[in-house]
Amino acid sequence: MTAIQSALRSRSTSAPASTFDVERIRVDFPILALEVGGKPLVYLDNAASSQMPRQVIDRLVRYQTTQHANINRAVHYLSETATSEYENARRKLQRFIGAREEREVIFTSGTTDAINLVMHGYGRKFIGAGDEIILSTLEHHSNIVPWQMLAEEKGAKIRVVPINDAGELLIGEYEKLFNAHTKFVGVTHVSNALGTINPVKHMTAFAHARGVPVLVDGAQAAPHMKVDVRDLDCDFYAFSGHKLCGPTGIGILYGKAALLERMQPFKGGGDMILSVTFEQTTYNTIPHKFEAGTPPIAAAIGLGAAVDYLSAIGMEAIAAHELDLLDYATEQINGIPGVRIIGTAGKKAAVLSFTVDGVHPHDVGTLLNQEGVAVRTGHHCAQPVMQRFRVPATSRASFAFYNTLAEVDALIAGIRTVQKVFA
Amino acid sequence: MADYKSLYQEVILDHNKKPRNYGVLEHASHHAVGHNPLCGDHISVALNFDRECIDCIAFQGESCAICKASASMMTAAIKGKSRADAEILIHEFLAMATGKLDLDSPNHIGRLAVFAGVCDLPTRVKCAILPWHTLHAAFNSVASTSTEADNDPMRAPIGNA
Repeated sequence: MTAIQSALRSRSTSAPASTFDVERIRVDFPILALEVGGKPLVYLDNAASSQMPRQVIDRLVRYQTTQHANINRAVHYLSETATSEYENARRKLQRFIGAREEREVIFTSGTTDAINLVMHGYGRKFIGAGDEIILSTLEHHSNIVPWQMLAEEKGAKIRVVPINDAGELLIGEYEKLFNAHTKFVGVTHVSNALGTINPVKHMTAFAHARGVPVLVDGAQAAPHMKVDVRDLDCDFYAFSGHKLCGPTGIGILYGKAALLERMQPFKGGGDMILSVTFEQTTYNTIPHKFEAGTPPIAAAIGLGAAVDYLSAIGMEAIAAHELDLLDYATEQINGIPGVRIIGTAGKKAAVLSFTVDGVHPHDVGTLLNQEGVAVRTGHHCAQPVMQRFRVPATSRASFAFYNTLAEVDALIAGIRTVQKVFA
Repeated sequence: MADYKSLYQEVILDHNKKPRNYGVLEHASHHAVGHNPLCGDHISVALNFDRECIDCIAFQGESCAICKASASMMTAAIKGKSRADAEILIHEFLAMATGKLDLDSPNHIGRLAVFAGVCDLPTRVKCAILPWHTLHAAFNSVASTSTEADNDPMRAPIGNA
């Protein structure tokens, strides 16, 4: 019995999270059996991209082997099958995030594409000269640069929510940034560089009380916790498939239907139209208005399989296991003199950024790799965060539900080896 | 995969810990700043010629051990050399770091061969070659003693070297 079957079975008897069997889950991930330089792979770069379980790989193979054709076009069997499987995947994503309607889920190429869609579709239509956009210090470059491009084009202004030394947003300062010119808020749910979980529900309510829409970058949250967009009440929510056990090249933008309908299209082309003449084009209804051209059909269906897989295990169980890993790793790292954790927020997802005194993060990364341990080193596409902590870069271990306490031990042993080499 | 283990050899760790020719060179005739946007590392290289040969050379910057050791060993290797000989060494080092140099055929690499293993680590090649690119840029630079000098309207460049 595979882990997913076991999880499905245990869920039907509403088993508690304590039945979480990480060894059984690991069997589903063929890549975790790899060796790197003669050492077992310890994959701790999940915030960059997660690995794919057999169930998703098999789904991709089944689609390509028996179901592939272009969608929304022909009347033949394969086209109808592919269209129906693609739309099925949309419904799975809708349920995964608790959206009211499936047309509120737009398939994009990833989080970056989703944010750019909102910038072009909403921002270019509704944000003008003198208007202000609020972003936070914790944003990934993908939730900064599109808004800078818009601000430059329109003469709008970007205001930035500061953070404290723990890496938490200063909510009082956020609230003070609002004024009559505030037209948009973009904030990350979880910081990719530090792991901080932001109070996006409160931030959204505060913005809504002033008539300001909110986009939440969920790239680092959706893989690690139960996301309910209706509970958050945000206007837009974006995430990438490849960070939650799905393929690359696929992600979603959730948007409230009323807003999506008022927005202008981002890309023009096939599928996003109802009729075209050289004088006049009538755009399709949502979500198709925002899905120009042939989408990555296989990837969307694979992402549907990925959220099925995660849901069967249960996002609450996943979050609980990852929190165990984070707590243990934090305690262990705090016990090593000369190693400093960057980002010590009260509420964190399983991301651990750290620096080793006297050793550049790239050297840490190369030496950990030598021990089979994969971490990310660099600025994590979040240079404002690095500047705030006055470090050029950090090393970052980011956990997934298939990681184990023994892998945390391997990380800790690796850090001690780094210190020995540079002693 | 075998070679990267030997990348962090004693000699590299030693040059990282105690870099040679580290610091500022006053009144340098040639100067350049190298930047690796991938990791934010930056180093500056400054040098002076005495007739045909590199008389003084110094470097400074924030970087990983591979970059710093490469810069340190580069300055040691370059000192006293003519520009032409230095250019040959730059060329050979870049070839070695990208796996295109046959170390068994005649070359001028010498002790710098400790960096040969970096070619197996594509993401670290840039760390090793940044100082050499910067040296190359310095050869082609106009005189400059500091970044402040760039803003000085009285600054009189003495032309390309």
